[in-house]
Amino acid sequence: MRTPRALRPLTESLATVALGLVAGGLLIWAFGHSPVAAYRALAVGAFGTREDLLETLAFATPLMLTALTFAVGVRAGLFNIGAEGQMYLGAVGATFVAGMVPMPAGVHLAAATLAGMAAGALWALIPAVLKAWRGAHEVISTIMCNWIALHLSMYLAINFLAEPGRAERTVPALPTARYPVLSEESTLTAVLFVAVGFALVVYAYLWGTRAGYELRLAGENPDAARYAGVRPERVVVLSFVIGGLAAGLAGASQVIGRPPAWSLYATLGNVTTLGFDGIGVALVGRNHPVGGILAAVLFGALAQGGRLMEYEVGVLSELVRALNGIIVFAMAVPELWTLVRRRLAR
Amino acid sequence: MRWVWWLLLAAALVAAPRLLERAGLPPVSLLETGLLAMTPLALAAVGECLNEKAGLVNIGLEAIFMVSATVAVWFAEVGRSGYAGLLGGTAVGALLGLGLGAVSVYGRADQIIAGMGLNVFALGFVPFLLISLWAFPGIHVFPNELMVPRISTPVGQISPVTLAAVALAVLAHLLLHRTVLGFRIRAVGEKPEAVDVAGLRVDRLRLLTATVGGALAGLGGAFLPLGWFGALVKEISAGRGFIALACVVFAGLEPLLALGAALLFGLADGFASAVAVTPGVKERVPFYFVAMIPYALTLGVVAAVIGRRRFPSTVGRPYARE
Repeated sequence: MRTPRALRPLTESLATVALGLVAGGLLIWAFGHSPVAAYRALAVGAFGTREDLLETLAFATPLMLTALTFAVGVRAGLFNIGAEGQMYLGAVGATFVAGMVPMPAGVHLAAATLAGMAAGALWALIPAVLKAWRGAHEVISTIMCNWIALHLSMYLAINFLAEPGRAERTVPALPTARYPVLSEESTLTAVLFVAVGFALVVYAYLWGTRAGYELRLAGENPDAARYAGVRPERVVVLSFVIGGLAAGLAGASQVIGRPPAWSLYATLGNVTTLGFDGIGVALVGRNHPVGGILAAVLFGALAQGGRLMEYEVGVLSELVRALNGIIVFAMAVPELWTLVRRRLAR
Repeated sequence: MRWVWWLLLAAALVAAPRLLERAGLPPVSLLETGLLAMTPLALAAVGECLNEKAGLVNIGLEAIFMVSATVAVWFAEVGRSGYAGLLGGTAVGALLGLGLGAVSVYGRADQIIAGMGLNVFALGFVPFLLISLWAFPGIHVFPNELMVPRISTPVGQISPVTLAAVALAVLAHLLLHRTVLGFRIRAVGEKPEAVDVAGLRVDRLRLLTATVGGALAGLGGAFLPLGWFGALVKEISAGRGFIALACVVFAGLEPLLALGAALLFGLADGFASAVAVTPGVKERVPFYFVAMIPYALTLGVVAAVIGRRRFPSTVGRPYARE
């Protein structure tokens, strides 16, 4: 079994996802359901019709962005798991501009999008500054920021952005601040193109500019980077800001780019866990912006297909997230596929 | 200049109860809640101190809290006793710790990513488990008889698990600094090559600390519903696994200091709960800001102390023979 070297990351990623699916199948079986029926429903639900496929892409949109947050962190040698909180504030920022600040069409949509991105980036600055100047461990600080962001966002949503008479959600985005729906039969909007575009811009920045090169060098070989005169604080702040912009856009996309609510739920229910889901997406996408786009489609399919799996077979869609965790766990073992390959070669 | 700080601390300790009284917050109930909140943090942090001394990092403490809490309630209901639940939760925590340890030692995994994988897994698996076991989403209230009974003392109602946590912190300290095994654990974190050359098994020592660390976190997770809340919710640990990690960092891997840090964070948690329920106070402070207190404190502490702590030279890095 020989695979060309260039294809190896792809085959390894797919093999890890397959491993996650097998482990998930065991869980489904352990709780008394048929894994075959469950996975068939999942596949049909994700790709069965044109409508399903578009819905899969709608689920993929925020995931490719939160994956970007984690990926840019890893490229800079950091574990930025703060996409979750940065995304909440992005959603709040976008809701504020989209729902409460009337503006002419065109300008309004751009302003709401940028407000979301800016809010995400500002929130990311807290762990960035603590890391760069205090050396605070970014895993702990980003998680703490996530929890603070949760309570802050709920406070802002309920006290300043609530729709009168409807306690469960914020004011909806004004029609001038909504991304056009691409097809009436799904919730996919043009925000998908913005997400893909942003990922490509980040790719061009990291691989095409001096600052991007320095960021990747600092991640791969901190000593060499320091010797070359790269300032570590700059790299930390830069990677957190890019990650915050991406996570903020992800949060905004769920408010101004996702019918039918066009608003943020007071419990943040329509954005929670999208940030953590991005970790698995980033790892399967090999921490590459383009890989992240492809992996996001795969995880979007799991999310969309999971709904039919729950409806038809009775396997709860929460299992999809457990599966995501198993995939992350397996991706952590670099030796896994080396070991497998050695066994097979023998 | 150090004595100035100690003097200030002593003054604060004397003044705090009076100030709290005047604000309408009863100090005794605050201490009670503080000790309850301290317990899971202390257990997980003490275990993680041992684990990190041996050169491993378990960032999945949050996941162990969540899964153990859920499974512990199931064990308690099946065994009709809160203690059966504590035992079950401890066992599940030990298994998860062992699994993460095995992946780190034999798979040479990136320990941060593996731990986060466990956390993401728990985020989906726990709600899944809640509905699968009790057919109700998000929350499960169990009979009150299953709660681990608390002991009445002059300073309020104290859980036996709290006393166990304090005892375990002392034991862990003695183990690390007074026994041969403790010396080996410290050595395997600093110089695994030397331990290997001396004919000892690096892998087994690390698996041991990973399992013990997982077991203690599992006990802490089981304590959340069975010793404290009296109910199970899907996000029961609410970041406490990471606050425990902050305690470990704050303590510089010393179990007794970790216990102190856990008490500090526990009191902050107790303070937040007291503010949230005391009439006359709760109306003036929005709940959302009160709920932020433990996290904001953790953020502040992490920013204040880290960078000045020294960790074992191989912490987080897998060991391979040359």
